Amino acid sequence: MVGRPRGHGGAALGVLRGIAAVFLHTCADSGAARAWVLTGENGEKEWYVSEVILDAGFFVRWMAAAAGLVDREAERLTELDSAIGDADHGSNMQRGFAAVVRTVAAQPPATPGAVLVAAGRQLISTVGGASGPLYGTLLRRAGKSLGEAPQVTAAQLRAGLAAGVAAVEELGGATTGDKTMLDALVPGIEALETSFDAAATASEEGALATVPLLARKGRASYLGERSIGHQDPGATSSALLFAALAEVAR
Amino acid sequence: MSGGPMVGVVLVSHSKEVAASVAALAVGLAGGGATAPVAAAGGTPDGGLGTSAELIAAAAREVDRGAGVALLVDLGSAVLTVKAMIAEGDELPEAARLVDAPFVEGAVAAVVSASAGADLAAVAAAAGEAYGYRKE
Repeated sequence: MVGRPRGHGGAALGVLRGIAAVFLHTCADSGAARAWVLTGENGEKEWYVSEVILDAGFFVRWMAAAAGLVDREAERLTELDSAIGDADHGSNMQRGFAAVVRTVAAQPPATPGAVLVAAGRQLISTVGGASGPLYGTLLRRAGKSLGEAPQVTAAQLRAGLAAGVAAVEELGGATTGDKTMLDALVPGIEALETSFDAAATASEEGALATVPLLARKGRASYLGERSIGHQDPGATSSALLFAALAEVAR
Repeated sequence: MSGGPMVGVVLVSHSKEVAASVAALAVGLAGGGATAPVAAAGGTPDGGLGTSAELIAAAAREVDRGAGVALLVDLGSAVLTVKAMIAEGDELPEAARLVDAPFVEGAVAAVVSASAGADLAAVAAAAGEAYGYRKE
């Protein structure tokens, strides 16, 4: 099942293992004020991800980065969609995220939750395909679950996204293994407990793992066995969301 | 069953022409007398195939007389968009309801029953019953 929060104690222990020094550190200009930076034995720095503090500006930059990646990958998304869908996923996502960026730039929301609610609303309004209500529901429900806090932790973001994924499951009636966006979202959120980079990697792997699956939802499911051997476009664009998150957190 | 405001009916299709034609068909088959407000929300705003939340919200506002709005949809993103708008959004009137019914037969049943003064639950039930009319 999705989003069942595991205790953070395990992750904290994992990160703390082999750590030589722990000291308070803030990045004033990043929007992601890192509460703790952990320096490992060989000197590299690791973030204790659950404690990372994220403000509205961080979420605005996340949406902008997502729009950038969607732009860059639009052709590939459409190509994947032409194999098992109706060949519009790239342009639909481009239109949706361009509208998101315009909206949050014109009237920057004051809280992380408000950024995601506004983004979700724009996606539902402008995408024109099934990915609109699905991504829109993901972000809008995640935003609502973040409430009106001016800053949230990465752990709260993870819980919010898990709530969003539960809403997507309910809306589309799909589950992991059905060759849908859930196959990238669910492992991405799981790995977000470790780090933003781990989430990006896990969701990308999840998208790649949809290739041998038989589509059970959406237009691709009408193809039956012929859907096998193609990477799911929705899972591929979901992995871009996590790649954008990792990019902005760096 | 009569006297008050009528339930509005919104027909959502991937195609502008399909939504408009089914609306015309349903109104035509509803016969004479006062007909319930019906609006079509087909395709995307630029005339392409797809689903538009903006067109759906505008159609729902247009037919909302205070007695509720029944939304009938064709498939895929039309279903998901209306569901998402009802579950998460504030774009639709308070008493808006996605009606689980076959698109053409359900539209006729919904418009006929709404025009007869049925309330939202009865309109939804009449449209849903259209699933039961076997053709062979």
